[in-house]
Amino acid sequence: MEEKHTLSILVRNHPGVLSHIAGLFARRAYNIESIAAGVTEKPDVTRITIVVTGDEDVLEQVIKQLRKLIDVIKVVDLKYSDSITRELAIITVNCNNETRGEIIEISDVFNSTVVDLSESTVTIQVTGNDRQIKGIIKLLSRFGIEEMARTGVIALPYKSVR
Amino acid sequence: MSFLKRKGSQVIIDTLLKQGVDTVFGYPGGQNIPIYDALYGVKDITHILTRHEQGAIHAADGYARATGKVGVVFATSGPGATNLVTGLANANMDSVPLVAVTGQVPTSMIGNDSFQEADIYGISVPITKYNYLVKDVTKLERVLVEAFHIAKSGRTGPVLVDVPRDIQTSEVVSDKSLELRLPSYQPSIKGHAKQIIEATKAIESAEKPVIYAGGGVLSSGASEELFSLAETGSIPVAMTLMGLGSFPGTHSLSLGMLGMHGTKYANIAVAEADVLIAIGTRFSDRVTGKPEHFAVNAKIIHIDIDPAEIGKIKKCHIPIVGNCKMVLKVILEKLKPNKREKWVAKLNELKKEFPMAYSDSDKVIKPQYIIEQIYEATKGNAIITTDVGQHQMWTAQYYKFENPRTLITSGGLGTMGFGFPAAIGAKIGCPKKTVVNITGDGSFQMTIQEIATAVQYKIPIKVAILNNGYLGMVRQWQELFYGGRYSETDLGVSPDFVKIAEGYRAKGILVQRKEDVKSAIAKALEMEEPVIMDFRVDREENVMPMIPPGGTVKNVLG
Repeated sequence: MEEKHTLSILVRNHPGVLSHIAGLFARRAYNIESIAAGVTEKPDVTRITIVVTGDEDVLEQVIKQLRKLIDVIKVVDLKYSDSITRELAIITVNCNNETRGEIIEISDVFNSTVVDLSESTVTIQVTGNDRQIKGIIKLLSRFGIEEMARTGVIALPYKSVR
Repeated sequence: MSFLKRKGSQVIIDTLLKQGVDTVFGYPGGQNIPIYDALYGVKDITHILTRHEQGAIHAADGYARATGKVGVVFATSGPGATNLVTGLANANMDSVPLVAVTGQVPTSMIGNDSFQEADIYGISVPITKYNYLVKDVTKLERVLVEAFHIAKSGRTGPVLVDVPRDIQTSEVVSDKSLELRLPSYQPSIKGHAKQIIEATKAIESAEKPVIYAGGGVLSSGASEELFSLAETGSIPVAMTLMGLGSFPGTHSLSLGMLGMHGTKYANIAVAEADVLIAIGTRFSDRVTGKPEHFAVNAKIIHIDIDPAEIGKIKKCHIPIVGNCKMVLKVILEKLKPNKREKWVAKLNELKKEFPMAYSDSDKVIKPQYIIEQIYEATKGNAIITTDVGQHQMWTAQYYKFENPRTLITSGGLGTMGFGFPAAIGAKIGCPKKTVVNITGDGSFQMTIQEIATAVQYKIPIKVAILNNGYLGMVRQWQELFYGGRYSETDLGVSPDFVKIAEGYRAKGILVQRKEDVKSAIAKALEMEEPVIMDFRVDREENVMPMIPPGGTVKNVLG
């Protein structure tokens, strides 16, 4: 069954490790939806968060292959409901004098920030989970999205509900 | 000593010596001259200069498989390093412990498309167990120690260490604290105690158990334990190509090889088994055909050091992640003897009903006949290396391997050109053993230049070419599955292999008549030098039995 998974991978922080990991997904023909990497509380450890959609059995094999990599310390398959997932997107939307107000209103509803304005564009910075980002993109797309950049999802498990 | 400054190249040689390396196979070039300079005059390391880097890495591979030690290979940057690629992939597929040290252009020139630059680090990511590009000379010694540790522990495999030229020439003070820091690499070797008990129970209650033994039995040195398991429980043993030699081929419980070109009785036994004990093996497609139809009646116990192999191809009922030898030892502590007379009798009947056989001829030389004669002449005690194709399968079928590490063959990658250099490495590792490379005229010509190496170092290996003038296995597939359209598999006029041998100052023997086979083999084995035997065999003989790809024993041909 095809399902979305967020893999949280702790790796030794040194050059080449990303190519080992990305290569593994490519070899198994597993499509990466997003990938985000950054250092953790330990300076020599990097957390790579990868969002993938795919077959359970194949994913299980990918996780085993990931664990086999010498640089991989830990792999966790985070369930959506048990984890905090966040992403940041910067979206530049076309506007004119009539639509600018409406765009800023939408931005407010999504707790986003207007970070740049020009005569014909509004640039919005939005943070949220996958659903919120998708939601604002959907609403903004009718004004014409000129450019967009997304960080990719990062995630940590909830501690409070355990 | 510890405050002594040494050059990186010296650190490499010193570390190899500390690791107990006595033989290095390699080829010098512009970017590894400093390493070769440090090697100059070192008495405790024998360097074998091959005629191609591919020859060097296959020789190191053959050395490693024959001895169980880590094989070491040197090559220069760029083309030297890329010539190792096939050998790395080959060792990776068959889990052979190797350390390859390559020269690289100086760090300041990396990425500039410099002369003889290739990103061997990037290239080798998917075909090594691990790889390094050393950019800091203070880390060089640690990297090398780690490389050996990773190569020979857990599921063994090849490790590449790429060393830029400036790292080889810059000086460094010895690292005093060299304890390994590999927190993310802790292979589990012991096996889960509960699972082992489960497995033991399953084996004891089985009426028709079969052991399916692979290369992991050999790499973990578990042949003795396998023997005890088979004898204690009267459990027949089917082996993969990589597993041949793990259990004596002449033993009454041996079913020989299973899979595509395996014996019919091995494949029938697996199909009927109620418990399948898979040991150190990975359910390769050459064994399982269609995995969902493989061993359908069996509860499967899968013992392997690599957790990623568990359930990769086939769901198993009792997985045990651990070193085969250690796991089998624990099983044997508790296992009750069982004669299983009914099951053993049934298998003996199957063996009589479907024996491994071919129709011999007096007019032409049958390739199988040659294998049988080599077996007779060496009493099953030689180290046999093979290349890939028909001759490889005939060797697996008709040479009854008695001892571990006596068949050296490219199982996973299926590399033509592997067998001859591997024979050189095996003979250097085991000088007292008779080493024979059984090959084909296609395969042999892929690394034929290594005759020069064998002659230079006086390595008395024997080569038996089963010469049919075809790329025989592909021709067989074309005959069986492509309506006999022999597209580009006829090798045309055969070269005069005797003259080639003589040109390289080795000995050559041409054999065209069946009655000369025995004497040629006897003569070759007596000679204390490399001998190339060119056997002109029946051109269109097929390897049988054969389960067509994706099929089961029900679809078997021949």
